[in-house]
Amino acid sequence: MAIMVDGSTKVIVQGITGHQGQFHAKSMREFGTKVVGGVTPGKGGGDVDGIPVFDTVKEAAEQTGANTTCIFVPARFARDAVFEAVNAGLGLVVVITEHIPFLDAMQFVSYAKLKGSTVIGPNCPGVTSPSFGKVGIMPSKMFAKGDVGVISRSGTLTYEIVNALSENGIGQTTCVGIGGDPIIGTNFVEALARFEEDSGTKRIVMVGEIGGTAEEEAADFIREHVTKPVYAYIAGRSAPPGKRMGHAGAIISRGRGTAESKIKALEGAGVSVAALPTDIPALVKKG
Amino acid sequence: MKLFEYRAKQLMEKYGIPIPRGVLAKSPADISGAEYPVAVKAQVLVGGRGKAGGIKFASTTDEARARSKEILSMTIKGEKVKSVLLEERLDVKRELYLSFVMDRSSRSILMMASADGGVEIENVPHERISMVQVPPFGYSQFMGRILKSTFGLGDDQGKQADALARSLYSMFVAEDCELAEINPLVVTSSGKVIAADSKITINDDSLFRHPEFSEDIDDLTPLEQRAKEEDIAFVQLDGNIGVIANGAGLTMATLDILTLNGGKAGVFLDLGGTDDPRKVTKALALMKDARPAVIFLNIFGGITKCDTVASGVKDAVETVGIDIPIVARIRGVNDDIAREILKGIGIESSTDLIEAARKAVRAAVS
Repeated sequence: MAIMVDGSTKVIVQGITGHQGQFHAKSMREFGTKVVGGVTPGKGGGDVDGIPVFDTVKEAAEQTGANTTCIFVPARFARDAVFEAVNAGLGLVVVITEHIPFLDAMQFVSYAKLKGSTVIGPNCPGVTSPSFGKVGIMPSKMFAKGDVGVISRSGTLTYEIVNALSENGIGQTTCVGIGGDPIIGTNFVEALARFEEDSGTKRIVMVGEIGGTAEEEAADFIREHVTKPVYAYIAGRSAPPGKRMGHAGAIISRGRGTAESKIKALEGAGVSVAALPTDIPALVKKG
Repeated sequence: MKLFEYRAKQLMEKYGIPIPRGVLAKSPADISGAEYPVAVKAQVLVGGRGKAGGIKFASTTDEARARSKEILSMTIKGEKVKSVLLEERLDVKRELYLSFVMDRSSRSILMMASADGGVEIENVPHERISMVQVPPFGYSQFMGRILKSTFGLGDDQGKQADALARSLYSMFVAEDCELAEINPLVVTSSGKVIAADSKITINDDSLFRHPEFSEDIDDLTPLEQRAKEEDIAFVQLDGNIGVIANGAGLTMATLDILTLNGGKAGVFLDLGGTDDPRKVTKALALMKDARPAVIFLNIFGGITKCDTVASGVKDAVETVGIDIPIVARIRGVNDDIAREILKGIGIESSTDLIEAARKAVRAAVS
C-alpha cells in the first residue's frame, strides 16, 4: 500500500491557471494521478488542457469528488487558499508555495487540525506514491515501486536520494517531502506514525537537516513506537552556527539544532545514519 | 530580519510598552536632548556588545560626547558601530526576563519569563524559566497571573507586567515577529516596570505586508545585497570552493561532501527553483566577484531544469566571462541536453556526485 496518496486520491490544483500550476497539473496527470479539477477565482468555467476550472474549492469538490488539493497560489494568498480547502473538507492539503509568513502557516495548520485535514508543507515538493500517483512537483522519472517509505525536509536532496534508491533496485511505497519551513503541517513524527501503520512499508528512510529539534523528537518517537528499520541522512554537518542555510528552518541557533546532536539522537534510537546521501542505498541493502 | 535596539524600542513604544527616554545619535555632535546620568549604547545587531565595551555611562554632556565618540569608532564582532542610543540611566531594583518567540515544535507562540533577567537566557537554568504556549486565540489573563508569580511581584507591578506582556503579544502578531524579547525587563526603585533592552526579529517572509521595514534591511555586504535582489540564497563561508546548487538541502549536502573529501566551501549559492536562465547567469556573475578558486556546480533538475541551468552558464561564460574553472555535476530533468550545452563551451560534466566533488577539491588545491 502507501500513505496519503493512494488509489482513492482525486486531486484539484489551486492556482491551476498560473505557470507552475498548469505545468505540474499536467505532469501529475501524466504520472497517472487523477487530476479532476482546478481552482482559480474568477476563471471558473474554463479549462486547462481539459481539466475543468472552478471559482471556488467548494464547487470543485462537490462537482468532482476531489479529496486532495495541491496549492500553488502566491504566498500572500496562500493562507486563504488553505482555509478554503480545509473548509471544503479536503482531507489532504499539499502546500507547495514558499515564503509564507510563519504566522499564516500556524493559523492554517491549526485550522486543519480542528477540521481533521492533513497539511503537507508549506515550502515542500509534495507526496508521491509510485504505485498510485503524485501530488506536487517531484520529478516523475526517478521513482520505483517498492517497500521503502521516504520522509524528507528537503526537495532536491530527496530527489538525489530517491533516485539513488531506485537505481539500486530499491523501490518506494510513498515519498513525503514535509517541507523546509519552521512551521509545517506534518512533521517527522506524524509521517513516521503513518509509515509504521502502513502494511506495505517495510523500511523507512528519513532525510533531515540542521535547525530545530524535529529530528531529535523523531528519534524519541522511533525508540518508543517504530518497529520498522529506519535509515537517515542529516544535511548540514559542515554548516557554521548562526548562518541561515537557504531554508528558513536551517540555522544552528543558540547551540541547538546541530547535525551532531541529531545524529547522536537518531543513532541512540537504533537508526542507521549515513555519512553521505549517496551511502543510503548501501545502508538499506545491508538491512 | 533583526531590528536595531532603537527601532525595536520605537516599535514597542507604538504598542504602549514603557521604555527609557532616549536619543539616537549618529555623531557625537547630535546628542542634545539626552537626560543625565545617561547610558551610551552601541547600536549593533550582534550580541554581547556590553562585554565588548559597547555600553558606557556618563553624567555630563562632555562625558557623553566623549563616550559617544569612543563607541562610534568601535567595530564589535566585525560590525561597525554607526549610531549610539543615549538613554536615561534607570534606577534598577530588579532585572527580569520576558519574551515571545515562534516555537516550531509546538507550532505555536511561546511566552518565556524568568526572574533571572539581565543575563543571556541560554545561561538561565531551565527550571527557572516559565514557558506558556499561547492559546491560538491570543493572550489570556492566566498568563498575567503566571508572570506575577514567576517574577514575584506585588499587585501593582503585577498589573504593569500583565499589561506590558499583553501589548508585547499584540505587537508580536501585528508586526509578524519571530522573536520579541525584553532583557532585562526592569523594575525601578520607584516601582515602574520598563523595557530596558529590546530585541526584535521580524519574519522575512512577512515583509510584503510591512513595507515600512524596507529601510531597516540588515547590514548586507554588496554581494549579499545583490544576491538578495535576485532572490538567491547566498552565504559566505571560509573556504575556497564556490558552490552553486539548487535547493537548500542539496546545497548543504554538497558542502558536507566537499568537507568529507578534504575541501572547504567559501561561498554557497542556492538557486532555489527557477526556470529562468538569466538567474543562473546572474548567480555566476555573483560567484565570479566572490573570487573562489573553483566553482562547483551541483544540479539535480526538477522544477529547475538542467538545460535551463546549462543555458545560463553558457550565457555567463560568453557574456560575463568566467575566469574561474567550473566543475559541473548534472542530474535529473533534461540532463542530457544540459551536458551537450556545457560540452559546447568546454565544460565536461559528470553525473556522479562524489567523483565530481573530488574533482572540485583537487582543482581548489592546485
